[in-house]
Amino acid sequence: MTRMARDVLPVLTVVAGLLVVWYVLAVVLNAGFARDQAERDGVTLGPRALVAATLEQERPRLPAPHQLAAELWKTTVEVAPTSKRSLVYHAWVTLAATLAGFALGAGLGIALAIGIVHDRTMDASVMPWVIASQTIPILAVAPMVIVVLASVGVTGLLPKAIISMYLCFFPVVVGMVKGLRSPDRMLLDQMRTWNASAAQTLGKLRWPAALPYLFASLKVGVAASLVGTIIGEMPTGAVAGLGARMLSGSYYGQTIQIWAALAMAAMLAAVLVGLIGLVERVTAAAMGGRR
Amino acid sequence: MALVAAAVAVWLVGWWINARLARLPLEGAARLLPPLVFGVTLLLIWELAVRGLGVSPVLLPAPSAIWARLVASLPTLRADVMQTFVKGALSGYVIGCGAAILTGIAVDRMPFLRRGLLPVGNLVSALPIVGMAPIMVMWFGFDWESKAAVVVLMVFFPMLVNTVQGLAATEPMQADLMRTYAASYWQTLFTLRLPAASPFIFNGLKISTTLALIGAIVAEFFGSPTVGMGFRISTEVGRLALDMVWAEIAVAALVGSAFYGAVALIERAATFWHPSQRR
Repeated sequence: MTRMARDVLPVLTVVAGLLVVWYVLAVVLNAGFARDQAERDGVTLGPRALVAATLEQERPRLPAPHQLAAELWKTTVEVAPTSKRSLVYHAWVTLAATLAGFALGAGLGIALAIGIVHDRTMDASVMPWVIASQTIPILAVAPMVIVVLASVGVTGLLPKAIISMYLCFFPVVVGMVKGLRSPDRMLLDQMRTWNASAAQTLGKLRWPAALPYLFASLKVGVAASLVGTIIGEMPTGAVAGLGARMLSGSYYGQTIQIWAALAMAAMLAAVLVGLIGLVERVTAAAMGGRR
Repeated sequence: MALVAAAVAVWLVGWWINARLARLPLEGAARLLPPLVFGVTLLLIWELAVRGLGVSPVLLPAPSAIWARLVASLPTLRADVMQTFVKGALSGYVIGCGAAILTGIAVDRMPFLRRGLLPVGNLVSALPIVGMAPIMVMWFGFDWESKAAVVVLMVFFPMLVNTVQGLAATEPMQADLMRTYAASYWQTLFTLRLPAASPFIFNGLKISTTLALIGAIVAEFFGSPTVGMGFRISTEVGRLALDMVWAEIAVAALVGSAFYGAVALIERAATFWHPSQRR
């Protein structure tokens, strides 16, 4: 109970506070439209009716949380998950590309980090460019990458996965280089006195020492992957996925649809980061670590 | 074919030079040499491969073509940078980071709020905030105000989390010392806690530089006046003028690096006492 009171209560308070702010904002932002509507109908709204009118609009500037919840319920539970109108379907399309990009990016990142740690040439020449590569605002170029890849016949999941890979590999490289170098001099010398090969040192000392760094950067990486995929779905031509859903919502002024897609993306991000945290805890326990 | 062979040769020579350089003890500016060699090698391979393999300029223009286009359209690029970076990204960055630091200081006074806000802030930092761009464009219109709004949203939470963590980084001993001096809250804040928090705050400021540029560019995809980096990229892609797109990318990378570098320099000047800045 004490732990509950200490950790959970503050979070709940903050969330409740945010919800209140949200409702107030919804009333303020939607009031103008509600008043116009009432004027056209020739009615004057009392304060209570005005508040009620702001929270029930079809295309509000800011949908109230309960409208969002209703839309989420309608598009996830009441529609078959295979239907194009189901948010589960779109989330799945996004998730598949995110996971593919995440796997590619994490793999590439780990491979690069191992290379950088073991080879001085790579360390001196590649590492600065890994950092420089991130100055290219890939999210801004994502539509181009998609269009160009489509013109050579690469469509579907892969172009999106490439963008999320590009975003994901960077935190993994940086974290893993730090992690693989984290064992101190003494331990490395100890491995040398045992005549351990480079591969043995990697497998038995460097890799286990790098795991906490790995998980920390995987969490950042998976969130970046998701963002990359969603942006990759935004250029015209994409018909499925949360990004496409946001774009079509913005074309047709379906604000509730945009917010629902955003909420779904937020949930995906939270679940993915949570899953990695879970794997982290299981691995730490299996390795005999205490946290 | 000869050009492709030349590309392979360039690659081998570049690798060999760097392998030799890596064994030398390099100091000062000479440490820039290996990455420079790597970059030049990359550009040469790109140029030779594009020419040798006859890659269509619609897919991947050669670096020389991109450079020619960049030089030829400097006025356009300048106007785009002014619109997207100076008006959109920079104003949003200043507002967002400023608001986050002030909020962080306010939150820090209430430990209850801090414990609640940190997990929420961490979660929000992991969310795809760029997705808010279409909504911000609806709210604030097509011009730079909506871009600045997206940037504010993107930088606010990473900055807030870093500020709050930084303010918690004060050593209890030092705080006790301030109390024995009978220092007021504000004296402690300005002479001890903010300086102690500045490595964290600068970390947040540096992360936010890239976020700001990306936010401003992406927001332009959802509607913009007929000027701006995001606008230019999306329209030139539509016209298949990829050399212009790449020129815009090069400028974006340059502006982004310069922005990051400027913040890093200010950090070095402001937190010269911190172990990570010692050499």
